[in-house]
Amino acid sequence: MAREIPYIAAVQEAIRLELERDETVLFYGQDVAPSDEDPLVQAFGRDRVRVSPISETAEIGMAVGLALAGYRPIVELLMAEFMLVAMNQVVNEAPRLRYMSGGRVKVPLVLKAGYGFTAGWAGQHTGSIYSMFAGVPGLKVVLPSTPADAKGLMAAAVRDDNPVVYLMHYLLVLEHGDVPEGDYVVPIGEAAVRRPGSDVTIVATGWTVGKALAAAEALAGEGIDAEVIDPRSLQPLDMPAILTSVEKTGRLVLADQATRHASAASIIAAEVAEHGFGSLKAPIKLVTALDATIPYSQPMEAYVLPDEAKIAGAVREVLGTAPVAA
Amino acid sequence: MARRRTSQPTARNLGAETALDLLGTMWRIRRFEERMATLHQRLLVHGLIHLSIGSEGVAAGVCRQLRDDDEIYSGHRAHGHVLAKGAPMDRVMAELMGRSAGLCRGLGGSMHLVDVDHGVMGATGVVGGNLAMAAGGALAAKIAGGDRVTVVFFGDGAVQTGYFAETVNLASLWQLPLILVCENNGMAEFTTRAEHTRVESVCDVVAPYGFDRRTVEGADVQAIWSAFGDYLHSARGGTGPYLLECRTHRRRGHYEGDPLASRNALGDAEWAQLDPIAQLEALAKRRRWIDEDRARALTAEADAEVERAIEFGRASEPLTPAQAAELVYA
Repeated sequence: MAREIPYIAAVQEAIRLELERDETVLFYGQDVAPSDEDPLVQAFGRDRVRVSPISETAEIGMAVGLALAGYRPIVELLMAEFMLVAMNQVVNEAPRLRYMSGGRVKVPLVLKAGYGFTAGWAGQHTGSIYSMFAGVPGLKVVLPSTPADAKGLMAAAVRDDNPVVYLMHYLLVLEHGDVPEGDYVVPIGEAAVRRPGSDVTIVATGWTVGKALAAAEALAGEGIDAEVIDPRSLQPLDMPAILTSVEKTGRLVLADQATRHASAASIIAAEVAEHGFGSLKAPIKLVTALDATIPYSQPMEAYVLPDEAKIAGAVREVLGTAPVAA
Repeated sequence: MARRRTSQPTARNLGAETALDLLGTMWRIRRFEERMATLHQRLLVHGLIHLSIGSEGVAAGVCRQLRDDDEIYSGHRAHGHVLAKGAPMDRVMAELMGRSAGLCRGLGGSMHLVDVDHGVMGATGVVGGNLAMAAGGALAAKIAGGDRVTVVFFGDGAVQTGYFAETVNLASLWQLPLILVCENNGMAEFTTRAEHTRVESVCDVVAPYGFDRRTVEGADVQAIWSAFGDYLHSARGGTGPYLLECRTHRRRGHYEGDPLASRNALGDAEWAQLDPIAQLEALAKRRRWIDEDRARALTAEADAEVERAIEFGRASEPLTPAQAAELVYA
């Protein structure tokens, strides 16, 4: 049975269910359960749910040690940017130990953080920096865009035997949607077709999925039938699903909140250029954030970000229904 | 209350059997590494190799008291710790030769030795990165509720990293059964300690946390054995952390092939005082635990084991690219 709950509640439900299901699952991090009155502490005890000081390198480094010793820690990092403090742990330790040990160990852990909070939180709390992680062999990166995926991908991340960067979008946390009750897992690496269509493929991630769907609805009024695909995870990236869609539509627009040169869009564009070139009837268009730090000022913030109008404009360009910008 | 002791004569005597085991362990490490230097010079071992000649006493004095299920974490200068903890020398050698029979199938190399069967959980090439991982291992032991202990080896250079501050704070806050073993050789990469910090003793860095800590001479294996034994006994009861600072000497450079400018040139007499093997051998002879023939036999046994390990490595092939690619994800 599904019922409508907010995205953030779906994330919390998944964590609680995983803690119940498997006693090797641990949950700790900054501001997690700061008192013994916390319901999670009441339910699972201080050994499994605990607050940590502001020590990202130790928090993530310890998660690696816990994982090597047979536990499945979920580390609450609050902001994706806080992982930058501990890039050695995120990039050099968690994903490399399995490979460097010749496969003798596994490192199952979840790094949970919010991202993309472009609501006046300025330059250091708003980034869509997932490509920094998606480019690291050994890491998995998931970007749920719906409450159901928020739950199902968290469950999958906890059960995965690899380190998973779980990025929840801070502009989506209060969005409501149908979420299945009880055990619910969304496999990592399977894209979702959010809207079937035949004229153009729009691949969108995270917060831009909703923008792309809104653009598709507006374009339907112009007789344009857009297919919207949400990869849901960037590593692994479901290229077969994207290539299949491009083969059908022959046109590709990529919507991504990340800065252009560090976007998932740029990777997908390269893959389609190499593996799907024969299907393309028009050049690929990228609708990304500009290569700029997210500004504080609201009009400037809107200026650097992709939005529904920019996505629709790009679709008209690849369909030749609008003049191509010089 | 916190105690601070420096190296002193210990009540806990080693005994003949333990002394022989420690001497044999140190000779195995010494001969392995001396041979490694020549293999590297002849390009039979390629890549980045850091030798621990001069600090074998720490590896032996600590690891020979540990069980297989106790975890150790090491850093870039790890051969001694790994061998002393029980990893088979032939598979360590094969790893350094980049062969599939190596501990890590030749994919990790000298700086990333792992041997889960013997509790060698990881070694990191980024100085200080192993500290928090070891604290995680200690937290796992605490949650599991047994008497398993985690030990992390690091150099004095790691003490100036943020990892050290964060790990010490958390390990003491959560009272983790973690024993921090610092090999203070006075050199961080190519630079002397005086250029890195005003704090001479690593024990002084952790003083505000109030946990037990001691500084001993790295050439005094008996002192290492005794001090570590005390901490191990306490940590088995689920308490910690503890810090054992061993003042050691780096006989070779930072890495093999460097200009050796970063090591102190020593005369034979001075080296004999700083050499943990020479010191323990002299003690063992004074106590009549061994005679000259037995001492020579220990060296010969180590040499023979090293040669067998080289043959073992040579007989193994590197992994194929397809086999290696399969190991990226679990």
